[in-house]
Amino acid sequence: MSPLLRVENLAVHIGGLVAIADASFSVPEGQVVSLIGPNGAGKTTAFNVITGYMRPTAGRILFDGAEITGLSPDRIAERGIVRSFQRTSVFTGCTVLENALMALHRRGSAGLLGALLRLPSARREEARLRAEAWAMLEFVGLAGRAETPAEVLAYGEQRRLGIALAAIASPRLLLLDEPAAGLNPSETAECMALIRQLRDRGMTVLLVEHDMPMVMQISDAIVVLNQGRIIATGAPAEIRRHPEVIRAYLGSGEYQEAGHAAA
Amino acid sequence: MDQLLQHLVNGTVLGGTYALLGIGLTLIFGVMRVVNFTHGELYAFGAYMTYAFVSLLGVNFYLALALATLAGVALGAALELVLLRRMRRADIDSVMLVMIGASLVLQNAEMWAWGGVAKLIPNPFAGSPLVLGPVSVLPLRLFVLGVSAALLLGFWLMLDRTRAGVAMRATFQDPETAALMGVRVGWVNTATFAIGSGLAAAAGALLGPVFMVSPTMGDLVGLKAFAIVILGGLGSLPGATLGGFALGFVEEFAGGYLSTEYRDAFGFLLIILVLALKPQGLVPAKERIG
Amino acid sequence: MSKLLPWLFVAALALLPVAFPDPYLLAVLTSAGIFIIGAISLNLLLGYTGQLSLGHVAFFGLGAYTSALAALGFDIGIGFGLRITLAPQPAWLGFIAAIVVAGGFGWLLGRLAFRVRGAYFVIITICFAQVLRMVALNWIELTQGPMALISIPPFSLWLPGQGVVALYSKAQNYWLVLAVAVVAFLVVRQVVESRIGRALVALRSNESLARSVGIRVTHYLVIAAVISAGIAGAAGSLFAHYVRIVDPDVFLFIYTVTMVIMVITGGKGTLWGPVVGGLIFGLIPDLLRGHAAPEAQWVAYGVAMILFVMFLPRGIVPALASLRPRP
Repeated sequence: MSPLLRVENLAVHIGGLVAIADASFSVPEGQVVSLIGPNGAGKTTAFNVITGYMRPTAGRILFDGAEITGLSPDRIAERGIVRSFQRTSVFTGCTVLENALMALHRRGSAGLLGALLRLPSARREEARLRAEAWAMLEFVGLAGRAETPAEVLAYGEQRRLGIALAAIASPRLLLLDEPAAGLNPSETAECMALIRQLRDRGMTVLLVEHDMPMVMQISDAIVVLNQGRIIATGAPAEIRRHPEVIRAYLGSGEYQEAGHAAA
Repeated sequence: MDQLLQHLVNGTVLGGTYALLGIGLTLIFGVMRVVNFTHGELYAFGAYMTYAFVSLLGVNFYLALALATLAGVALGAALELVLLRRMRRADIDSVMLVMIGASLVLQNAEMWAWGGVAKLIPNPFAGSPLVLGPVSVLPLRLFVLGVSAALLLGFWLMLDRTRAGVAMRATFQDPETAALMGVRVGWVNTATFAIGSGLAAAAGALLGPVFMVSPTMGDLVGLKAFAIVILGGLGSLPGATLGGFALGFVEEFAGGYLSTEYRDAFGFLLIILVLALKPQGLVPAKERIG
Repeated sequence: MSKLLPWLFVAALALLPVAFPDPYLLAVLTSAGIFIIGAISLNLLLGYTGQLSLGHVAFFGLGAYTSALAALGFDIGIGFGLRITLAPQPAWLGFIAAIVVAGGFGWLLGRLAFRVRGAYFVIITICFAQVLRMVALNWIELTQGPMALISIPPFSLWLPGQGVVALYSKAQNYWLVLAVAVVAFLVVRQVVESRIGRALVALRSNESLARSVGIRVTHYLVIAAVISAGIAGAAGSLFAHYVRIVDPDVFLFIYTVTMVIMVITGGKGTLWGPVVGGLIFGLIPDLLRGHAAPEAQWVAYGVAMILFVMFLPRGIVPALASLRPRP
């Protein structure tokens, strides 16, 4: 079976700097794949290119067998790839429920005429979207906060809403950019449970994450980037014994983290 | 051919003052990220100050030009201290709205103070044109070109050679790093806005005697200043200089060969075209360092 | 706001000419109403999409000229010995043409201008209105230039029992403007409270995130621009047939600024903001008339704009709403 996402010979140069030199990897359907590496390895750049926020210098990205290289973010989202963001992950100034409805955009189809005349079909769609929004908020445990403005949420809740917003559009491939950054251990555990549940619902997940214990526990496969190149690919057990991975983390001073994970 | 030369000369005279306007505006945008809607009003202010000094107080014409420019500097500094300093953290749209409010106040205050009738500024130059071969030009216009060129040169030297200029260029490139390196960004902003305003007032003081002085003279000029700056790329000093001369030539040639009525419209059409085809202006952002 | 209150407000406004048949009051309210329609349309762009569009008067002016020219008819040469001729049309056709033409230009400007943002977008929109003013000033064969289009016929309506009646009286025009204002308000409300409106607010709030969930930026901004321009065109048409004279000054920047002040002070991105701001700034000039120089009015507008942006940036309506305890 061909993988859901294939990245082939990807290269990204930013203003003379090489962010990604030559990277190829794939994400099989139904798995959680993690993209790890020291800071500046090119993980976020890879995310940005896959989701259309940056253009690659060379290489191709194939989703479900079709090339999506260079499409705009909204077109890529329409194909079924949705991402979360590290920092600005919610719609500020809007309530949690409004956030969910906004993220459900792609699940609706009502146009101008439907809106102006409040056609029965548009009303039915609106009711359906609201039901879906509530269901998703229940699922991520934010239903009690539905009327709260998103920026008022506690940090952990805001991160969870961010993931929910990406997941709510029922993408086939969900890209999560450091979902556990800044979370305490119990929040991290909740976050992991949420990702597992999403996978069980049939979503394929590509994850960028610094929290090594989490990566090791949750991933089916791990891709390790260092200085714009892929230095290792494999199951968690292989990765934690991989000499080059250990060297890369040793060199960057992040060995503690990796070693801790290996322990 | 003779006509071509004449248009070339006229375009250069016009372009020189346009460059003054454009540089002031682009400097303010580059350093402070402020779209200065009061620029046209400062131009009108410069012209009115010249009128006040020459016609009402009987000050010497050349001295009046200098005083009017200084008055523009002072008004600019006041605007920065009273309004913009409080808006440092605001988003660019809010700052634009505040500046539109300020320009509304300035323009109508001018109308209130001076009345709607256009004023003429007497000048010491001969009214008959100098004829150089096929080209004829009024001495006053030559004087305007000379002073504009001198001011442009002086401005570049200031930016290049003085400490204030270095601080300004540093802020232009990266305000945060500049602040870390000890540049007092607050005062750089005040100085920038004051100098930019002074250049606009100088342009008004120079062109006031050439045309007439009226309260609405700033309207069209303010928009033209935007045109100049957009042509050259917002925030580019060489671009603004080039853009000033480009607009001068476009207006002169389009007015001369295509249509007199639409003379002023060509500038705006040019902006829309430039923005539609080459949104970053003629001089790309990478080279936009003073 | 409860559901009944707005309709009571509209009913009170509708009964006003019966209760106070003062022609001066009605004239003031009618012209304020026309600007309020403009402000309602501007709010869709300024408030809901967050795009500071400062060429809004262009659509208003296009509507006024389109409607006036349709009603008066024209006969112009377009070169090569060809001529375009239009016989005078009924005013309501002009009204529809105004909406279509203004909306079309909204589409064009939207496609062009939304490729750039921030300061560039603002300047493009200003220049757009300025170019139209130059055209109106100089295309004398069509627009009469500074001599203005005059003797524009008033609107006419078919009324039961009376046949087609020309609306000359102040009260009739007042009701017409009120009716159009209510429709404009409802159109904007339907749009912002729909999936489209949510997409617009999502774009304003967080564009990257909006794109990542599949909201097409340009598509929705252009929709908003077309609706907004169309409503502004309708307001321009009302203006043309009410004042019955249209000159190039309908494209002046100052009118855009007036609408912007109405939206900002009332509360951008709220449905009632432009109505509240529009009533305040539509009525002030006439209250001041005779007591202060007209320049003083504009100075006051400028000061109000500065003070509101600096100290009450969200406007009056949200400020009042936050005073009320939430259930």
